[in-house]
Amino acid sequence: MKSFFKTLALALLILIGFTAPSFAGDTIKIGVAGVISGDLAPYGISSVRGVEIAVDDLNAKGGILGKKVELLIGDDVCKPEVAVNVATKLVSDGAQMIVGHVCSGCTIAANKIYKDAGLLVISPASTNNDLTLKGEQPNFFRTISYDGAQADLMTSFVKNNLHAKKVALIHDKGDYGKGQMELARKYFGKLGGVEIVLFEGITTGAVDFSAIVQKIKRSKADVTMWGGYHSDASKIVALLKKKRVKTTFFGGDGIYGSEFVALAGKYGDGVYATGPNETSSNPLHIALTKKHQKKYNEDPGTFFFNAYACVQALANAAEKAGSLDYTKMRAALFANKIDSPIGRIGFDKNGDVVGAGFSVYQVQNGKYVQVN
Amino acid sequence: MRLFNIILGVAVTGILGFFGIKEVLADPAYFFALLLGGLTRGSIYALIALGYTMVYGIIELINFAHGEIYMIGAMTALIVSTVLGLWGWNSAVIVILAFVFAIFYSCAYGFTVEKIAYKPLRTAPRLSALISAIGMSLFLQNYVMLAQTPGFLPFESLIPDFEFWEPFADIITSVEMTIIATTVIVMILLGILIKFTRIGKAMRATAQDQIMASLVGINVNRVISTTFVVGSATAAIGGVLIACHVGQINFYIGFLAGLKAFIAAVLGGIGSIPGAVLGSLVLGISESLFTGYFWSEYEDVFAFVILVIILIFRPSGILGRNETSKV
Repeated sequence: MKSFFKTLALALLILIGFTAPSFAGDTIKIGVAGVISGDLAPYGISSVRGVEIAVDDLNAKGGILGKKVELLIGDDVCKPEVAVNVATKLVSDGAQMIVGHVCSGCTIAANKIYKDAGLLVISPASTNNDLTLKGEQPNFFRTISYDGAQADLMTSFVKNNLHAKKVALIHDKGDYGKGQMELARKYFGKLGGVEIVLFEGITTGAVDFSAIVQKIKRSKADVTMWGGYHSDASKIVALLKKKRVKTTFFGGDGIYGSEFVALAGKYGDGVYATGPNETSSNPLHIALTKKHQKKYNEDPGTFFFNAYACVQALANAAEKAGSLDYTKMRAALFANKIDSPIGRIGFDKNGDVVGAGFSVYQVQNGKYVQVN
Repeated sequence: MRLFNIILGVAVTGILGFFGIKEVLADPAYFFALLLGGLTRGSIYALIALGYTMVYGIIELINFAHGEIYMIGAMTALIVSTVLGLWGWNSAVIVILAFVFAIFYSCAYGFTVEKIAYKPLRTAPRLSALISAIGMSLFLQNYVMLAQTPGFLPFESLIPDFEFWEPFADIITSVEMTIIATTVIVMILLGILIKFTRIGKAMRATAQDQIMASLVGINVNRVISTTFVVGSATAAIGGVLIACHVGQINFYIGFLAGLKAFIAAVLGGIGSIPGAVLGSLVLGISESLFTGYFWSEYEDVFAFVILVIILIFRPSGILGRNETSKV
């Protein structure tokens, strides 16, 4: 019995030891981790800058819960083993929430440490599917779409909005196009109810696609999905129309843009494509771009806006929860939406961003118009 | 060995034939659609292959810049038709002028390329001329890329969708029909040019023996220039028609089209005019059927497999002459 109390006392001591930093101090510490040196440095730097400017804005308005925010920055050089060390250091330095990491491999490795320490992590850049979809990282959120988001959106739109029974998946044999169609095949498998009648690659730049068009016609596909770029797509679309094949053409972000519309001309109308959400007219987006240009003399990098949104989400959750308590803040992240430079965003049950990322567009009268 | 080849050939043909007939009978309309598609594709290859084979027939040079001449023809037609379209000219006049300008420019380029890149190397080893041809091809590609644009340009079809043909447009479009018809006409005209005209006779003489031809009073340089000009003209016609069919062009279209046309010319027997057309049709139709009944992923692989098989059995191509080396 005596030894039980001893153990309990020890355990309590350790617990206090762990939780002590979060009660101590009159600043709130946010850890920022990512790759800030080496080849991939621009990605991490863009994210750190996003956090820095967000924290400046936050402190100017009085910080979080009346306390100023302080940053702890860690460089994982995009190596998982370094990321674990960075994470351990951030935790021991008293970080109370984390923005990071950038490389998916690092985030996966480091999140074990954060999860055990009971910290909320929100990444502006890690897109690996497993991070959220496996359901093993309850403390993890992100403000960027996951790798399969586009395929997921395409397939569910094809099934639920276009009510397709049969689809043909055509790609250009490249990493991007074929990868996208393979993901689509996987998601159709999960969705069920849609039959894949054709899965074919074509030679990009060929002078004639009539054979594959005949094949699509014979397969009686309701929807033809395309993984590849705009040039081949416009040739196939034109030929499908000329040969009067009754199928709806649906491509990824490779055909989203004015180039496709110009090439396809009158044959382009009715074509669907997924593309990144329009953010350039967002006032916060414009203001932040100006701020970044003033401070760093250049345009914002890749993950700048996503990182800014990470800090916004954390700050908002803390304010709404009224404390830095893990459970309350987590619930607040799920419950509240915020107006960020990448749109009005919230989080789904997996911790994936909702409201940013991809939308479905359709060519109508020579222009892409958002339809979902 | 010979017997073995024959047995192998018969066995392969038999197996393919058996499955082939079964598939065809299951859906004849599909088969004919593929056949027509292959015919169009073959005609496209043929329009380019004719130029290759003519030049090779005369001076035994593989003119790698031929694909670029084809691309220049299409580019010229695009520029002319866009400008005239802006001025609001009649569409029939635009079509004629676009063809005239395309042919004129391509011929000028073909003529100049020969004078700059091949003529100085006429007595040099054949490899030098070949490298020169590849260099010319790269130069023209990059020149057009820098002078025009690296991106794709939409090419509004110059050939209208004939109204009387609309009911059949899903089987074969007006443009495709025009391509097939043009190929046949160009082939016949070239045949007549070579068989029955003075310059044709001179061409044949030059092809047989350049020194002997010049000894009997043929201006060999003029004959070779004429060959390049005629070859470039066919490439320009091809360029404009194919651009109408495809609906877009860029500086790089000459490469893949030129490569396939070259294979077709070798397949048919390089140096032979009917051979180039036959080779192109065999290639186009077999590619189309292969895509239709098997996997389009391996379409190009299949094209080369056919080339290898035919060259094993007929090293000089389907209609190529079996040349014994002259001593």
